[in-house]
Amino acid sequence: MENLIGLLVLVPLLGAAVLLCGGRRLDRIGPWLGTLLAAASFVIGVVLFAGLLGRSADDRTLRVTVFQWVPVGGFRADIGFQLDQLSMTFVLLITGVGSLIHLYSIGYMAHDARPRRFFGYLNLFLAAMLLLVTANNYLLLYAGWEGVGLASYLLIGFWQHKPSAATAAKKAFLVNRVGDMGLSIAIMLLFTTFGTFAFQPVLAGADRTGEGRLTAIALLLLLAACGKSAQVPLQSWLGDAMEGPTPVSALIHAATMVTAGVYLITRSGPLFEGAPDAQLAVVTVGAVTLLFGAIVGCAKDDIKKALAGSTMSQIGYMVLAAGLGPIGYVFGIMHLVTHGFFKAGLFLGAGSVMHGMNDEVDMRRYGGLRKYMPVTFITFGLGYLAIIGFPGLSGFFSKDKIIEAAFAKGGTEGWILGGAALLGAAITAYYMTRVMLLTFFGEERWRKPPSPQEPSAEPAAHTGELPHPHESPKVMTIPMVVLALGSVLAGGLFSVNDAFVKWLEPVTGHSEGHSPVSAAAVTGATLAVLVLGVALAWAQYGRAPVPVVPPRGSVLTRLARRDLGQDDFNHVVLVRGGGQLTRGLVEIDHKLVDGLVHGTAVSVGGLSGLLRRLQNGYARSYAVSMFGGAAVLIAATLLMRAV
Amino acid sequence: MSFPLLTATAAIPAVGAVATAAMPAARRSAAKWLALAFALATLGLAAAQLVRFDPGSGRAFQLTESHAWIADFGVRYQLGVDGIAVALIGLTAVLVPFVILAGWHDADVLEGAEPNRRWRPTQGFFALILLVEAMVVMAFEATDVFLFYLFFEAMLVPMYFLIGGFGDRAGQRPEQEAADRRSHAAVKFLLYNLAGGLIMLAAVIGLYAVTAGQLGHGTFSLTEIVQARAAGRLQLATTTERALFLGFFFAFAVKAPLWPLHTWLPGAMGESTAPVAVLITAVVDKVGTFAMLRFCLQLFPAASKWATPVIVVLALVSILYGALLAVAQRDIKRLIAYASISHFGFIILGVFAMTTQGQSGATLYMVNHGISTAALMLIAGFLISRRGSRLIADYGGVQKVAPVLAGTFLVAGLATLSLPGLAPFVSEFLVLVGTFSRYPVAGGIATLGIVLAALYVLVLYQRTMTGPLKEPVRAMPDLRVRELAVVAPLIALLLFLGVYPKPLTRIVNPAVEHTMSQVSRTDPRPDVPLTDAEVAK
Amino acid sequence: MNPVNYLYLSALLFTIGGVGVLIRRNAIVVFMCVELMLNACNLAFVTFSRMHGNLDGQIFAFFTMMVAAAEVVIGLAIIVSVFRARRSASVDDASLLKL
Repeated sequence: MENLIGLLVLVPLLGAAVLLCGGRRLDRIGPWLGTLLAAASFVIGVVLFAGLLGRSADDRTLRVTVFQWVPVGGFRADIGFQLDQLSMTFVLLITGVGSLIHLYSIGYMAHDARPRRFFGYLNLFLAAMLLLVTANNYLLLYAGWEGVGLASYLLIGFWQHKPSAATAAKKAFLVNRVGDMGLSIAIMLLFTTFGTFAFQPVLAGADRTGEGRLTAIALLLLLAACGKSAQVPLQSWLGDAMEGPTPVSALIHAATMVTAGVYLITRSGPLFEGAPDAQLAVVTVGAVTLLFGAIVGCAKDDIKKALAGSTMSQIGYMVLAAGLGPIGYVFGIMHLVTHGFFKAGLFLGAGSVMHGMNDEVDMRRYGGLRKYMPVTFITFGLGYLAIIGFPGLSGFFSKDKIIEAAFAKGGTEGWILGGAALLGAAITAYYMTRVMLLTFFGEERWRKPPSPQEPSAEPAAHTGELPHPHESPKVMTIPMVVLALGSVLAGGLFSVNDAFVKWLEPVTGHSEGHSPVSAAAVTGATLAVLVLGVALAWAQYGRAPVPVVPPRGSVLTRLARRDLGQDDFNHVVLVRGGGQLTRGLVEIDHKLVDGLVHGTAVSVGGLSGLLRRLQNGYARSYAVSMFGGAAVLIAATLLMRAV
Repeated sequence: MSFPLLTATAAIPAVGAVATAAMPAARRSAAKWLALAFALATLGLAAAQLVRFDPGSGRAFQLTESHAWIADFGVRYQLGVDGIAVALIGLTAVLVPFVILAGWHDADVLEGAEPNRRWRPTQGFFALILLVEAMVVMAFEATDVFLFYLFFEAMLVPMYFLIGGFGDRAGQRPEQEAADRRSHAAVKFLLYNLAGGLIMLAAVIGLYAVTAGQLGHGTFSLTEIVQARAAGRLQLATTTERALFLGFFFAFAVKAPLWPLHTWLPGAMGESTAPVAVLITAVVDKVGTFAMLRFCLQLFPAASKWATPVIVVLALVSILYGALLAVAQRDIKRLIAYASISHFGFIILGVFAMTTQGQSGATLYMVNHGISTAALMLIAGFLISRRGSRLIADYGGVQKVAPVLAGTFLVAGLATLSLPGLAPFVSEFLVLVGTFSRYPVAGGIATLGIVLAALYVLVLYQRTMTGPLKEPVRAMPDLRVRELAVVAPLIALLLFLGVYPKPLTRIVNPAVEHTMSQVSRTDPRPDVPLTDAEVAK
Repeated sequence: MNPVNYLYLSALLFTIGGVGVLIRRNAIVVFMCVELMLNACNLAFVTFSRMHGNLDGQIFAFFTMMVAAAEVVIGLAIIVSVFRARRSASVDDASLLKL
């Protein structure tokens, strides 16, 4: 049983190795091989799940140490796995959604020149992500953490010939590295504090540790989570990451990888619980990001970037929940799972739309597509209803609980956080309705030929001819249907009998907070803001015709289109400032450091030039110096004698 | 008397150098194969050392050989290896065959149309490489300070000729200007290292004078001096010890190189051919960091502790400074050179953190950096030989025409930025943890290096390999079989040591513990140690 | 006669020789002055030998004579060949040995 965990990671890793090193012979069967191996790891995951279910609730943790990875003195890092309910939830989500997206990609990447490599990268991602969630110590988690970063880098930059894709990939990796720095310092701090960084002893020892130390560790972990989960202030890479193929956006930048930060915070729960200041930082980050992402999502005309803003915002909810402590962990993870379903479904839907529209991404060039792609429309629509929290669908159950928990934090904080979460829900309803209306309803704006002087938001995709919207092949629609089913049913199933809470409780702990507002009132308020958001969007984009050229918009709109100035800040401070710094250092290296040495060489040369004049070639002057020298020596000797 | 394995490991490449140099002018190809055969034989002997070496024996030096040499001055021909030396000899022996294979055609351009009896560049090139190997191996094995010094300095001579005589001909500059820059770089290399060496010589003589005064007979033997100090028979005055330490350290810091003594490295690596650049940074420079561990710390423990704060700061400056300068470079090879300066900063940081993690990490770092930089530099060399330019701006979109080259370049780059799963990660993390547990602030600052490493590696990869295909690289061929035979094993080694570094840590750990006990330092204790119950769980 | 007088003579001869080396340009004369200095030394050696009553000084004088003889052979040969090459025996003309 335990050994299956290693196999879980090994199977997709093997797939990656075979596909990436296999050469052109595997071009034909590569996609199917990759999908098969992803499915195999899903099967292993299900077997393990069944095994866990067969045990009693307190005994659902499997542990296995494969070998010592780095043993040096007191430092011991093992290749060891730990599978408990939290990891299991992630394993099923990753392998399940992962397999579906592999399947979808077979259709989506059918016309690409190198699908084999694409599937190799996807398998690599699966392996790294599974390693991340099943590791039993922070260092191995870090390995998975960087591994998913690498896979993300490779996949965002999959179309490397596009400079924008290559730049976006690099940016994603770099911003993530800043977060990784936080994680690695956190691990060092754990090591100096506890002498180990395996989960079990560290988390057990947390309550014996001073608050200051725990706060430092927790804040560093938060920095790591911010990088990976695209939270403010390290959020800027996620929008650009949409340069990658759409299945990648669905799997990595929506359903799984970006939620790793939530996993990290939840996994390190005891560390955060001992550091209230750090928890405050977590909820603040979560609340700010959920609004930030939502606002950015409202202004984007690029369908994928709008969805990326939404992802950021939804993960903000999860981080908020995770920062609330035991009253929020379970709901954060539950939202994570349901979000995995509906956001992956939405992205696959967006990919299907793009597939039928010549890779056009500008929603202002869509419109009225529901007639042409009915399956996409229905599945996307279900995902839409789920994300805005339509009663009975997945998002309703999970998001509502998070808002409740936010209020339950109590005090002024509770009101502020709850208010922010409610406001976020309203904006979510607004921008998702906007996406829905722009894409599937209204006038068929794609029939208008793009006029050359129009400044288009995304000029890359234009080929000149009008698109012929069509439904995608079965291999793509089947995963969409499955995910749509998940978005509809998951939340309800989890909530029957509090099944999900009971499942996770042994790992994360759970407590019901004392909310100043009743649960019914929260639900009512959530539904009210939902209606408000939808109505506002309909008034703007449903009733009135939508211009193909985006209007100039208010200051806020323009700012939101520019991602609220985050990139401008990065550009001015980091890119330009950094450039000047490095150029300055080159000068210093050349002029000062090397110059000093060079100066020494020159002065030695000058001195020898002076001394050279003594060597004038006249034998008699040499004789004078000889006699002079002898005279001085004799005089000196006599003088010494005399003294 | 048992078989003198250590002497043989150094002698085989030396014999190989003579044999290769003696090959007639017309037998160029045979000379290459001969050199390769000798390099492989050395690899075999290094492997034999690894097998015969017993990490659990508790003895500091093993496979020792000791003969009187210059009896009047107490100089002995005394060899011995600890785990650190075995690891580094292994690294040298592994890399040299790849260096030879990668430089298979590097000397061909120098061959005239007519075979000339007196001027045989091919023979000379490979003979010099083997000579460097012999001297480096000898420097790793010597446990007599004078013997070490001899080879530490002597290896400059073949390196000088390798840099100045067989430089990179990829520049589009006029040949005369290129030759000037080449000889400038070679002279700079020589002068820097000679200056360091001379100061060390003064310290070596000083050490002899001290031993002669106190022990009654002068000696250069590391083991004897260490034992005498432990027994209290040899006592150095504080100022004497510090002065001698500085003399040794200066030479090693030039060789390593440590900021601000680094400026010879970019020139030397940039102007020499890629295999020679690998020889400089992956093999020869390692003698400097190795000697810090073996001589500075063991001979002068108190002075080492005294100098630690300054050295830690200089190492931090090296890390950040090297990385920032790498970002700004326009020349691929100079970029890798500055990256190496950053990495040497990590190694020195690990050595002087004086924790087992730091020093084991530093030793692993020497090995891993050797392999990863060799891979990166050699692939860069293959790239440069195709296009005939070292400027990053002359490339673009190579990934499209030469995917294997680009892919392996990326893997080597990822190793350089210490991605987990590849060997350098293990060592870099150990160095950071080791530093952090004694100097938290320094450890934290050094961690910035991992962000900057990502920056220069990815910028390099992006500008050369991705983006639209540039016209001059359109017809660029992918890696050939010989080149793949160089790259594939190195990458396999990086992966293996990244996942399973235990074969290395097993032999290195006892040596590090020995060094730590010499310096009489112990690892800091954790602040909240686990209870027994938690350990039991 | 007081042996010290021989020392005065020796010093006088040495000075004459030294001045000759410094101020004369003709290589032959310079050479002869060098010989004069050597012989002044010989005289001093012999005198000291006499004064101290041991033979060391006389033995040294023989050595000096041998050196002087060897010097004459080589030195004259050089001067002659320089004269042949440059048609001049002036030491100032042979000033090529400089940077």
